[in-house]
Amino acid sequence: MRKGLLSLVTVAAMAMGSTVGFAEDKAYTVGVSIPAADHGWTSGVVFHANRVAESLMAQHPGLNIIVKTSPDAASQANALQDLETQGIDALVILPSDPDPLVNSIKEIKSKGTFVAIVDRAPSVNDDSVRDLYIAGNNYALGETAGNYIKTTTPDAEVVVIRGLPIPIDQTRQDGFDKAIEGSNVKVLDRQFGNWNRDDAFKVMQDYLTKFPKIDVVWCQDDDMAVGVLQAIEQAGRTDIQYVVAGAGSKDMIKKVMDGDKMIPVDVLYPPAMVGTALEMTVAGLYAQVPMRGTFTVDATLITKDNAAQYYFPDSPF
Amino acid sequence: MAANVTTEDQAEPKRRWQDIDLRAVAPFVALALLLLLGALVNPNFIGLNNLANVATRSAFIALIAVGATFVISSGDLDLSVGSMVAFVASLMILFMNSGAIADPGMMIAAAIVLALVVGALCGLANGLITTVGKIEPFIATLGTMGIYRGLTTWLSQGGAITLQSAEQQDLYRPAYFGVILGVPVPIIVVLVVTCIAAFILYRMRYGRHVVAVGSNAHVARYSGIKVDRVRTWAFVIQGVCVAIAVVLYVPRLGSTSATTGILWELQAITAVVIGGTALKGGASRVWGTICGAFILELVGNIMLLSNFISEYLIGAIQGAIIIIAMLVQRSLVRKS
Repeated sequence: MRKGLLSLVTVAAMAMGSTVGFAEDKAYTVGVSIPAADHGWTSGVVFHANRVAESLMAQHPGLNIIVKTSPDAASQANALQDLETQGIDALVILPSDPDPLVNSIKEIKSKGTFVAIVDRAPSVNDDSVRDLYIAGNNYALGETAGNYIKTTTPDAEVVVIRGLPIPIDQTRQDGFDKAIEGSNVKVLDRQFGNWNRDDAFKVMQDYLTKFPKIDVVWCQDDDMAVGVLQAIEQAGRTDIQYVVAGAGSKDMIKKVMDGDKMIPVDVLYPPAMVGTALEMTVAGLYAQVPMRGTFTVDATLITKDNAAQYYFPDSPF
Repeated sequence: MAANVTTEDQAEPKRRWQDIDLRAVAPFVALALLLLLGALVNPNFIGLNNLANVATRSAFIALIAVGATFVISSGDLDLSVGSMVAFVASLMILFMNSGAIADPGMMIAAAIVLALVVGALCGLANGLITTVGKIEPFIATLGTMGIYRGLTTWLSQGGAITLQSAEQQDLYRPAYFGVILGVPVPIIVVLVVTCIAAFILYRMRYGRHVVAVGSNAHVARYSGIKVDRVRTWAFVIQGVCVAIAVVLYVPRLGSTSATTGILWELQAITAVVIGGTALKGGASRVWGTICGAFILELVGNIMLLSNFISEYLIGAIQGAIIIIAMLVQRSLVRKS
C-alpha cells in the first residue's frame, strides 16, 4: 500500500518536474535499491528509505526518487538493471549480499552515475565500485555496550547472547571484548540466540538454570531482548540488574524513554542510515559539495535524555 | 501406548507382538538415556524447575507434531506448519488489537475461537490443494508455506506485530506461564490434546482409516474408504493443532514477527519420526511423537547447560545425538 502511495507521489513529482520545476529546479532521478522487509531491521530500512525519499521530493520539485525492494541478490541485480534503464543520475544501494552484486554496481558506475553503498560493503570497497560508503559500526556496537557495562557495574558477571555465527556477530564480540579487557567484568557464558526472540527466550531460560547469580545480560539485539525479558520475568529472578540490547527498535527505545529499569540504555545500529546516504547523495547533486568518501555512523548510546530523537512510532521496527 | 499395541495386535499375527511393543517403547528408552546424560553434565539439569521449563518449551513443537502424526501416517507431508503458526498468530494479535470487543475476557475468548477457525481453514486449504488439486503434498504445502509466510510479512510490514493492551496481556499470560496443581498449563494442554489424538487414532474408525490410507492408498480405496476425505481431514486436524500451539504461543511473548516459527516444520517432522512413526506413512505413534518433541528440546538444553561444549559445535552435536537416538531405537527393534 505504502509502495502504491509512493509511486503516486513519484508520478505527481514527475508531472511537476516537467512543468513547474523545470524553470526553478534542476531535474534529477535517484534510484534506491534495498532488500525487501523480511525481518525487523530491513523493515526499518524500507520505512526510512520511503520516509526520507518523500521529504526530499517535497523539498526539490525536480527530484524523482525511485525506491525498489528486492528479496535476494539475484532479483536485486535485476532491479539495478531496471533502474539503469529508467535513467538515473545517482544510485543508493543497500546490497542484500554485496559481493555477487559488485559487477552490476560497477556497470552502473561506469555510466558516470553517482553510487552510494550503505552498510554492507563488498570485499573490494574502493572508488572503483562506489563514490560514497555509509557504514554502520558493528565493532562500536559491541564496544559501546562493553564500555557502558564496565562503567555502570564494574564487577558485573555478564551472560552474552550472540546472533548467528557470521562475521558481523564476531566483529561485535571483538568490540565488546576489547572494551571490557582488563576490567573486573566477567563473561560467564556465550551462546547463539540466532537474532530470534524465541531462541533468545530459550537460551536465557537455560542461563537462569545454569547460573544462580547473573548481574547483566548483553544480548546485542532488540528482538532478542524481548525473549530475554520474558524469561527473566517468568523465573521471578531479581539478581539481574539490567539488559543491554542494540539496533534501536521503537519498542526498546520506548522502554528507555519511559525509564524502564531493565532497559536503561540501547545501542544504536540505525536502519535510518539509508536515509543518511540518500540525504548526502541528493545534497551532492544539488549543492555541489564534495560527497565522495566514507562516512561511519556511530553506535550511539541511547539514554533517557536523547531517546526521543531516535523514536519513530510509525515505523514497523 | 498400550492402546496402540492392542489395536495393532488384533490385526497382526501373535509373533510380531514383541516387535511392535519395543518399537513403541524405544523413544522412551532414548529419552531415559538422555536424562541420564544430562544429569551427568550439570546437576541443575535434573531439577524439577529445569525439566518443567524444557517440557513447557517443547509444547509448541509437540502440539504441531501431534497434528503432523495424522498427516504423516496418512502418507502426506505438511511443510507449511511453521509459516502457519506465524500467520495465525499475526491474525490473532491483530484481532485482539482491533478492539472489536470491549471486555478483555470476551475478547481473548473470541480471539482463541478465531485462531482455531483460521487454523482449520489453513489446514483445509492444504488438504484441498493436495486432494482435489491432485498436487504432491510436498509441493502443495511448499507453496502454502510461502503464502502464509508472505502474508505474515505483509501484515507486519516486515516488522513485529505486538499485543497492545496491557490488560489483555495480564489476563492472557497464565495460558503459557500459569500452573495448575504444580503442572504448567502448556504441559496439561499437550497431554489432553495427545489423549484426544490417541483416542481418535486408536479407538475410532477414522484413525484406522488414516493408517490404512497411509500404508496403501489403492487398497484402502478398493476397501471402500473415502481416501481423499481421510487425507483432507488429516490436514484440517493439523491446522487445528497448529492453532492450539498458537493459542499458547501468543501469551508467551505477546508478539510475532516475520521470523516466527521458521523451520518449525522440520522440528515437527523430526519429532514425529523420532517418536517411531514411519515417514512413508502407515503407522502412527502419537505418544512417541510428544516424546520426540521433548527429546529435541532436551538436546539443546543439555548442550547449553554443559560447560565444555563450544557454542560453535552445538548444531553438529545436536545432529549426532538425534542420529544416535534413532540408532538406539533401531537396535532395540532388531534384537526382538
